[in-house]
Amino acid sequence: MKILIKNGRLIDPACNLDGLRDLLVENGKISQVSNNIKADADKTIEAKAMIVMPGMVDMHVHLREPGREDKETIASGTRAALKGGVTSVLAMPNTLPAIDSVDNIRLLKDIIKKTAHANVLIAGSITKGRQGKELTDIAQLKDEGMVAISDDGSSVDNKELMLKALKDAKKHRVLVVCHCEDKALMNKGVVNLGIISTRLGLRGVSKESEYTRIKRDIELAEKADSPLHIAHLSCKESVELIAKAKKKGIKVTAETAPHYFSLTEEAVLGYDANMKVNPPLRTKEDASAIRGGLADGTIDAIASDHAPHTENEKDIEFERAEFGVIGLETMLAVSITELIQTGLLDWPGLVKKVVLNPAKILGINKGTLCVGSDADLIVVSPDKEWLVQKDGLVSKSKNSAFLGRRLKGVVEYTICNGRIAYPFINHT
Amino acid sequence: MAWTRKDLLGLEDLSREEIELILTTAESFKQVSTREIKKVPALRGKTVVNLFYEPSTRTRVSFEVAAKRLSADVINIATETSSVKKGETLVDTGRNIEALKADIIVIRHNASGAAAVLSRHVNISVVNAGDGWHEHPTQALLDIFTLKEKLGKISGLNVSIVGDIAHSRVARSNIWGLTKLGAKVTVCAPKMLIPVAIEQMGVRVTENIDDALSCADAVNVLRMQFERDEENVFPKQLEYFKNFAITEERLKKAKKNIVVMHPGPINRGVEMSSEVADGANSVILEQVTNGIAVRMAVLFLVAQAKDKLKNHEDID
Repeated sequence: MKILIKNGRLIDPACNLDGLRDLLVENGKISQVSNNIKADADKTIEAKAMIVMPGMVDMHVHLREPGREDKETIASGTRAALKGGVTSVLAMPNTLPAIDSVDNIRLLKDIIKKTAHANVLIAGSITKGRQGKELTDIAQLKDEGMVAISDDGSSVDNKELMLKALKDAKKHRVLVVCHCEDKALMNKGVVNLGIISTRLGLRGVSKESEYTRIKRDIELAEKADSPLHIAHLSCKESVELIAKAKKKGIKVTAETAPHYFSLTEEAVLGYDANMKVNPPLRTKEDASAIRGGLADGTIDAIASDHAPHTENEKDIEFERAEFGVIGLETMLAVSITELIQTGLLDWPGLVKKVVLNPAKILGINKGTLCVGSDADLIVVSPDKEWLVQKDGLVSKSKNSAFLGRRLKGVVEYTICNGRIAYPFINHT
Repeated sequence: MAWTRKDLLGLEDLSREEIELILTTAESFKQVSTREIKKVPALRGKTVVNLFYEPSTRTRVSFEVAAKRLSADVINIATETSSVKKGETLVDTGRNIEALKADIIVIRHNASGAAAVLSRHVNISVVNAGDGWHEHPTQALLDIFTLKEKLGKISGLNVSIVGDIAHSRVARSNIWGLTKLGAKVTVCAPKMLIPVAIEQMGVRVTENIDDALSCADAVNVLRMQFERDEENVFPKQLEYFKNFAITEERLKKAKKNIVVMHPGPINRGVEMSSEVADGANSVILEQVTNGIAVRMAVLFLVAQAKDKLKNHEDID
């Protein structure tokens, strides 16, 4: 199949590309990028006034399958990804069962092979059953195609075990993704500790529970001389710790999620559990520090932390509701609205955060428009507005923090592995 | 001004004028309870459901009496006897009550925000009778009503709230109500029982009981629930009595006419000595009487607002 994209603004900092060009996709690859391509294409897309960029690589996604297919499946989650302009996702291992053995990873691979609509990369758990007690066999899981390990949802409390995991991961060239949270300091909290938790009469989570664990894991990464990736940064102190570590030459990278740079703890007033996330939404000052970290390069990546939950688990008493929000379908638009429209990042800057850097951190061969590469790319109307509504979301769960918000930026086309994967051809 | 809310979820949301309207409405309802026939037909034909997820006698009975004096029919649902035990969700329970064509749900729940969640899912009125540590608006309203009755005004008064502020919905509602009406509020407790950043709610914080009492026109003494110390942050009972309890000796150093309030039930000899509880400064039983008038006012106002909304919809 040949797809010709005409007159779009092509952006890919990896090959120093930012300008009006045509692009030709042939046999799953990008075959030509130049002015005025003439080709006999099966499909021609007129992309005047649109952005053409590599498909996004979302390195923090909960697809929930196997085990919680009522929340999301590989099929529904990857469709949500495509609609949001994401062509590769890193699937987190906190499924039922957890991805902690060869058998379980094979089970997952089989479902992916049969049902995935986009590229699904596999993260295994650091410890068996994510219990923080016994390490998984990284070598074996790596042979099965695992690219990263994480006990996401929890942190490995045992320091020695974590150090060993970092050393093993380095040996086998697998990325360690850390969910940094010291349970002992969590206080069973459900919102940020401060005036808002006091006003709402809810238990608060201190920022300390996040940044003291980040500090520990950075120290361990330094000791092990191993790469370390910190998930979902939410507060100022965490940004400062990452900046300091990077300056020191420690191999640490970090991501944040759109809700941490666009929302604050005040969104929780009214007890909307779609504002309940872990770590919690923080203060204005923290959100501003997160934006600063994105602008100055301290924070490498934006990832959705897509965490689907059913209405029964969300639309209940706040303190009993599950943590997490969906984000695949809104990540790009929130980033455009909050980062590009405000002038904080330019387009090449955003493409780095959502494509280039995550691909680099994961060590995958994806996320570029360079000739010869896999044709994963998206065509975006950057100024087109849309209203986030439950009805429009294709994820199986509707727990978005942005329901009712008007956002800028609409994905018109998603091309995944050389085929037009979105708009969906039929409603399956 | 007119009351337009179908719900009463907390005092934080209310304007000064709205709070004053409840208080004036309560004044006019107060005399109903002194009549030979203690009943007015204001809510005749309406059904009030007391949905209580926490054991409560005094608030539940107060709402029941208030509703009955307004001629409403009252149904009491307690978790022990309902399908809640079978795992029914709050929202489902609320919708079922709505399907019974009830008009007002009075909810008491141990989760902060439960009344707000319920109100999003039912069209009938919701009155918060205490949600977790969050708010207990009718308690604060009856405290304020009593205080106003005793001292003639609220604006400019110094009011101290003493006790477990951190876990107290009574404290939070009182802080919102009193500060909106222009009182100066001091909270007093051991450090572990003062919630983070509470001074941003516009109150003064002290850990010294004599300091809290020295210029106070009124003191609201919270019940110390030693049996519920889940987080293990309470001081020892004797230590608390020594350092924070309201005793005659301490009152001697306070203003002579200081008004002593307590939301009940009192732990005699824990947060307050028996002499003070039964003494000349105590208005504890008057609070109970006023609770009826305030709750009548709230039930009446939300029902009226709901009727107006409904008429509007019918016209549309």
